[in-house]
This record gives sequence, structure tokens and C-alpha cells, in this order.
Amino acid sequence: MSTPVAGRFVGQSVLRREDPRLLTGRGTYVDDITVAGLVHAAFVRSHVAAGRITHLDIAAARALDGVVAVITAADLNAGAGSLQPTIQLHDPSNAPLRALADGDVRFVGEPVAVVIARSRAIAEDGCDLVALDIDPSAAVVDPEAALAPGAPLVHRERDSNLAQEMPVLLPQYDEAKARAAHVVRATFRQHRQTPSPMETRGIVAIANPASGELHCHLSTQNPHEARLVLARATGTPEHLVRVTARDVGGGFGQKFMLQRDEIVIALAAKHLGRAVKWIEDRRENLIASTHARTDVTTVELALDADGHMLGAFVDELEDAGAFPVGAAGGAASAVGAFFPGAYRIPALSWIARAAWTNTCPRGAYRGPWMMETVCREQMVDVAARAIGLDPLELRRRNVIATTELPYTTPMGMTYEAITPAETLEQAAAAIGHDAFRTEQQRAFVAEGRLLGVGYSLYVEPCAMGSMDPLGTESATVRVQPSGTVLVSLGSGSHGQGLETTMAQVVAEELGIDVDQVVVVQGDTDVAPYGRGTGGSGSAIIGANACRAASAVVRDRTCEIAAHLMEAAPGDLEVVDGEVRVKGTPTRSVAWTEVARVAYHDTARLAAGARRGLEATESYTAPPVTFANACHAVTVEVDARTGITTILRYVVSEDCGRMINPMIVDGQIAGGVAQGIGGALYEHVVYDGDGNPLTTTFMDYLLPTASEIPAIEIHHIETPANNPGGHKGVGEGGAIGSPAAVFNAVADALALVGAEVRDQPLGPRQILAALTAAGH
Amino acid sequence: MADHDVALTVNGEPRRGRAEARTTLADFLRDELGLTGTHLACEHGVCGSCTVLFDGDAVRACLLFAVQAAGHEVVTIEGIAPAPGGPDRGALDPGAPDRGALGPVQQAFMECHGLQCGFCTPGFVVSVSAFLDECSDPTDAQILDGLSGNLCRCTGYQGIVAAVRRAVELRSGALPAAEPSESRP
Ligand code: FES
Ligand code: FES
Repeated sequence: MSTPVAGRFVGQSVLRREDPRLLTGRGTYVDDITVAGLVHAAFVRSHVAAGRITHLDIAAARALDGVVAVITAADLNAGAGSLQPTIQLHDPSNAPLRALADGDVRFVGEPVAVVIARSRAIAEDGCDLVALDIDPSAAVVDPEAALAPGAPLVHRERDSNLAQEMPVLLPQYDEAKARAAHVVRATFRQHRQTPSPMETRGIVAIANPASGELHCHLSTQNPHEARLVLARATGTPEHLVRVTARDVGGGFGQKFMLQRDEIVIALAAKHLGRAVKWIEDRRENLIASTHARTDVTTVELALDADGHMLGAFVDELEDAGAFPVGAAGGAASAVGAFFPGAYRIPALSWIARAAWTNTCPRGAYRGPWMMETVCREQMVDVAARAIGLDPLELRRRNVIATTELPYTTPMGMTYEAITPAETLEQAAAAIGHDAFRTEQQRAFVAEGRLLGVGYSLYVEPCAMGSMDPLGTESATVRVQPSGTVLVSLGSGSHGQGLETTMAQVVAEELGIDVDQVVVVQGDTDVAPYGRGTGGSGSAIIGANACRAASAVVRDRTCEIAAHLMEAAPGDLEVVDGEVRVKGTPTRSVAWTEVARVAYHDTARLAAGARRGLEATESYTAPPVTFANACHAVTVEVDARTGITTILRYVVSEDCGRMINPMIVDGQIAGGVAQGIGGALYEHVVYDGDGNPLTTTFMDYLLPTASEIPAIEIHHIETPANNPGGHKGVGEGGAIGSPAAVFNAVADALALVGAEVRDQPLGPRQILAALTAAGH
Repeated sequence: MADHDVALTVNGEPRRGRAEARTTLADFLRDELGLTGTHLACEHGVCGSCTVLFDGDAVRACLLFAVQAAGHEVVTIEGIAPAPGGPDRGALDPGAPDRGALGPVQQAFMECHGLQCGFCTPGFVVSVSAFLDECSDPTDAQILDGLSGNLCRCTGYQGIVAAVRRAVELRSGALPAAEPSESRP
């Protein structure tokens, strides 16, 4: 395994050019945009989970001084086109989505009406004056209950709550099970969480009835996809819709697909022929944007007498909410298909189902199918305890070795250039496994303290190249007459620092200084069509698109310089802003001179040579690129208070060739913190009638600096099979961390024979587990 | 609703504007005075994104009314950075080309990757500035305590904690480790 050599810029922790504006309050987030004649919107939302609208009276709201309009389904729905994302335009499993609730409501928070007024405060006053009566009916809040016979229907247009079902039941698993020495079965429930970007959703929709243009400033991860949806929904030709997003305050998947709330505002702006702003408040974000996780998974693992895994069966049920954003069951089928992860599991059967419930829509959240890691890694520990092996030892016996690569999983996916065994050993060494086991015993025997260690090992599918339109990115690299370079990309950076990392890649490829390169993204009028930012795809897809366009520009630069110097283009290279003859650096022409000639001294170009200097190229990723990592964590559980304290947290990961190690570490740390938050604190709670109980940050508990330990990150850099050698890194931290924490707590509780299955692992759940074990 | 006239000092300058009695200081700063660096992430006092200095103390601008600020002195994130040609609040490199000058806390956040999306960042920078004014050489435990009133969803706090340690060094006169945009080891 070769460790790549860092380039002049690629592989360096270049400080971020985004930072000075963000650190001085000069960023531009959607709520910072204002335009002449702007009016403000607030939603009237359903206060019950399921029921019939019996009365909707907007007269008093409309009469309020300062209210411009009150809009209901009767005004908008009939004129609205498809509200679905491009990727599932024709998906037969789509929920019957509508712009505004019409006749009935299907979750608390569903938008029923929009009040538009001179200020947000007046719009909210107007909402209070809208009379909305709903005759409640029975709601289903739990995916298992939703599939029970006779359950109330979430969508009366459908004949059941089963949104999607995909069984992949293979005889090989039954054969494996028949000859197994051990068959271990367990059910894991992942509790409901929500991405909670610090900036909520928002839109400024500017409709110009004279020109027919619709310009939307959005908080989005995916400007081009938003443009497509807005064009279809509002019936505006695509070329008259412009989406811009300068700074975006986090997304984590929630802002990848455009949702109905923003679409409704764009429809309202068109309806009124003016500019309308809506900025979601935190309560709306917590109850009505997207929720995530919320899976119930039963795993059966068949092992031989020595603990070698023979096969697995996975029964995964995801709660899709009422109107899932992204395909229902999209996560569930991936949980089945990716279940083997880093282990040699030769036989696999699975069944994936998704159920509609009367709850907030399910949406993507950093590793949408990470339940495969959450359930598999807990299952490894459960199985290890059942057969009397250290969980680390069971992992060692089953992890795929580098010598076995390429390795093809039972689902036909081929791993190459991954290092799961190396990351497992690196993490175990860093956490000091053997010494910790000694200390764990000593602390338990001598002091009655409950210490535990947990691992989570995973192989992460990144940047799915076969999933149109998510697998391709385009980049335009434009050398300007001064020689500075403008790169435009269809990405939607929302914290990843793409303005910096993509400039590093282009500067490296062109042989010029990184400060000569500026990256513009988040504007559909400027950027070529692109996939947005998500799915751990920017390093693989975006960077290689930049590389491809840069290569064309570099070649054309060399052609022009060759003509100027009377040399052969193939003999030239660009180094430090000079185009020079290889081996004879004194024969050179400045990069800036080539640019000037290309635009302003064109008589010196070769006969017939094209004027100007720019190129647009695209890159389509391989069907899937795998990254891998191992997380190891030690904890202490206080048996008196039930509080878990993380003692040490170690990540060993292989994301291939890194563009900017500082940013890579930042992505991992952010994901780990979200996973720790999810494992120990964060929980979206509904009561039995579908009323959300966690509506503020006082109830939905995000971790603070005091809850997140120092995270030690170790790298193994195995280049992937793409031009830059990159793999994805955005989601991995959040995929690996929850199971590591669950396993560490379970390891501690196992000292006293206690088992905890209820999550998050708060004091209440842990004390209940200890009590049940008679402790 | 009747408007009130609110006169106060913001970032060292006398400012005046109109506000309803119910208008928060945060909305007044953003909408009336155009100072959009103060961010709102919860509007119920938990996240700290809206933190400003109020007569020198860090406060949550979403929990104060604009009328309460009349006659007081407010510093927002826009005033933490030394304005070009304005009063110097401890700029390290006022002549840094293109970047604008950063104060020591801001410089430390940049060097230590203490921000990703940047939405929480103004609140952190203001809070940390106030914290270090009170406690110029904090222990690790004091740093965590000092940061625990602000939420960040992106960084996992690793870069932020490191930035506070670095800011302590920078404020005590250590030179910057790196110029913006240069590589670091
Ligand atoms: S917006 Fe003021 S504390 Fe969150
Ligand atoms: S940097 Fe995004 S919330 Fe802190």
C-alpha cells in the first residue's frame, strides 16, 4: 500500500478562504438577503397528526393591517406541477404529496395555509387569526403499528401504510444457517433524530411577472436540483428559474432535496407576482422539516463453532413519516444490501420495508442508511458475548484482509483499495485494548466501577456514480485575461469548504498559485449543471471534474505557449505560474502572458487557434467508491446516576488521498459529534397521538463542547481507483460513532449482566437497565 | 403597534432606529440597522448564535428587546473585527491583503478550523472574546465551561476548543502560526 505524496496544494491543510467573511459577520446566508418590496411569510400548520379539516376561515387574518395575502390549498394546489425530486419523479411508491394540506392533515406541522405580510411579526399575527378546525382521527405514530392489520391509513389514496417492500431471500443463507454452530438473533431500534443544521431552511423567492423570471435565494445543498423542482412545480421554464445560495449554514442531508415548504413559497411568490421571504423558525425545523434514523431492525447471524460468520439475515423496517423526502425505503434497502460491511459474510438474505406514519417526513441525514452499521456492529458484540469471545477478537476473525481484495460481497459489490483490518488494528492499538481490559477488570473488582470499550467498523459506499443525476459533476475552468482563474461548479457547499479545496485541486493541476484561483458555486446562472453537495461525493466527483477541466486548460495553455516559444507542446510543463520547457527552465513564458495573448494579443496565436482559454468538463464516478474506518471508544457508566462519560474516542479511517487534511479531520469530528449526540442525548419524541414533544433546543438536546471528548483521528491513505485517488469522508463520522458508543456502554453494563436496548442511552434508560438486572 | 425611537451605540458609533416594543434586539440589529452578522438559530435563548456584547457583557440578542438597549453600548460581530481605519481592537495584521483584518479570536478560529458552515461562528467569536476578557489564561475545564453556552452542529467542537487555546497565545502576543491561505504542517 503506497502512501500518496502530498502535492504543492493537494494534501496540504490550506486555510479556508471562506473563513474571513464568515468570521467577521460578512457572510451572506439566505436571511441576510433583502430586496425592494419584499414581503414575509409564515405558515399555519396542522396541530393534530391526522384528521379532517372541518373549518378554515381566513377572513380575519386577511383583514389585519399589514397582511398582503392569505393563501390556502384552494389558491395553489390545482396550479402546482410535480413537487417531487428529479430522482423519484416517476417512483410509484411516492406518497401523495400536495402543496398545502387539502381537506385533511397527515402530521403535526403539515402546512395548511400561508400568511404573507409586510413583516414576519405581522405574518405570525395573521396566522393566529386564521380559524382552523380539525376533526381528529386515529393516528399511527410507530412503523410497526402502521403495518398491523386494521391500522388507520396515513394516505386514504393508498390501500395500506406499506410504502415499500423489497425482499431478497436467498437459499444460500438457509443453507448457512442449517450448518451453523451458533445462530444469534436480536432486534435493534434506532430512535428518531433530526439533522438540526444551525441555520434553518429558508427562501427568498422573487417572481417577476413582467419577465417571467423566478429567482430564488435558498438555503440549499443542491442548487440545480432545486431549480428543476421549482421549474416543474411553478410551471416556469427551467431557463427562467435561477437559484442562488452564497453561504449555507449546514444541511447534513436535510437541504439536499427541496421540500414542499420552500416550493409553496415560490408558488406564492408567483401567485402574487412579488418577492416573498420565508425563514423557518426552530420549532418548525424540529417538527416539520425532516426527521431521520427511526429504524427497527432484526438481525440473525449464523456462525460456525470458531466464530466465523457463515451468513446473515436482516429484517429492516424504516419509518418513512407521512411524506418522505427522497425515496421511501431508499434507506431500508441499502441497510440490507450493505449489511456485510467489513466482514466476510458469504451468505445474505434481507427484507427491507418502509411504512408511512403520521409523523414528520423522513429525510436524508448524514449516512441515511447507517442503520446497517448501527445494527451490524451491535450484533457483532451481542454475538461475541453469546459465544464467549471478546468483540475485538470476533471482529479479527471475520474482517476482510487486504490480501483478499478484490473481494465481492454476496450482493455483488466489489471492494478494492480498502483497509478494514488495518483500521481495526490501528484503532485497537491506539485505544490500548489489552491494557484497557486489565484496567476495566481492576476498576470493577476493586471499586465497582463500570468501564466499557466499544468498536464500530464499517465500509462506506460513497459517490454513487450510477445514480443519475447524482453521479456526475461538471466544472468550468475559465482563465481570465489577467491570468486569474474562475472555477464554477454545480456544488452546494454548506460547510465543507469547497471554495478552498476545489481551488487547491485546480491550482495543483494548472501549476499556478492557489490564490490565483477563485471558486464560484451555488448559482445556477453561473455554474454548469451539477449534482450538488451530498452523499460523500464532492472529493470524488467534484474534484475529478475540476481535474478534467483543468487538464484541458493546461493542455491548451501549453499549446499556446509552445507556439510562442516555438517548442513542442508535449515538452512543456507549468510550474509556479511559468510555462517552461521540461529540463530547460530558462526557456519559459509566464502563465499570465499566455492568458493575455489568448484574449488580447490573438494575432500571436497559431493560425486557426481558438481565442480565449477555458474548458468545461464533467466527471462521472464509478458505480460506487468505498471508504472505510474503525471507531473505538471507552466509557464509564455511573451506576448511581446512569450518566455515561466518554473517556477516549479514536477514529482510524481511510478516505483515500486527502485534498485538505484539516478539512478531512473537521468532517470526521463533526460527524462523530452528531453520532455521540444521537447515541446519548438527541431524541425526537412523539406522544401516542402523534404530538411532537421536543419542539425547542431545551427538549431536543444537541451536545455542547462539554459533552464531546477530544477525538483522536488516525489516517491510512489508500488511493481509490479514480484520477485523484479520493474517497468520500463527509458522512463516515456519523455512520461509525453511534454503534461504537452503544457497544461501549453495553460492554460496561455486561459487567453486571445488564442489557440496554432502549435509546438514546440517557440516564433513565441506563438506570432502568441496571434495575432490571437487579443492580 | 406603536413604534419606539431607539438610540444606542453600536460598534462604537451612535445609531438610531425604530422598533416595536416586541422587536428583539437581534431583529433590530439585523433588520433595522442592517447588521446581519448576528445570527438567529433558535430564538429561544439556547444556541448562543445571536450573542452580542452589551455594555461589555456577552448577552443573547434574541432574549432582549430593542427598547431595552436604548442608551446602551452594543458590539456585534461586525465590530469585533477592527474596521479598516477604525479603532483597533487588537488586530494582528491590519494590512493583510484582501482578507480584511482579523482579531486574535477570529485568527485563531481560522488557523484551527474552528468553523465549517460559519452560522454559529459570530456567536462563538463574540462569546469567546468576552470570555477571554474575563479569563485571560483559562484551564481546559474553564474553556469547556466557557463554550458550553453556544451550540455548533458542524465542527464537533474540536477546532473551536483548539481555537480558544490558540487565541490565548495570540492575545498574549505570540505571532500568527500561518498567514491566511498558506499551508501549515
Ligand atoms: S438565537 Fe438567541 S440563543 Fe439561539
Ligand atoms: S460551523 Fe456550522 S454550526 Fe458551527
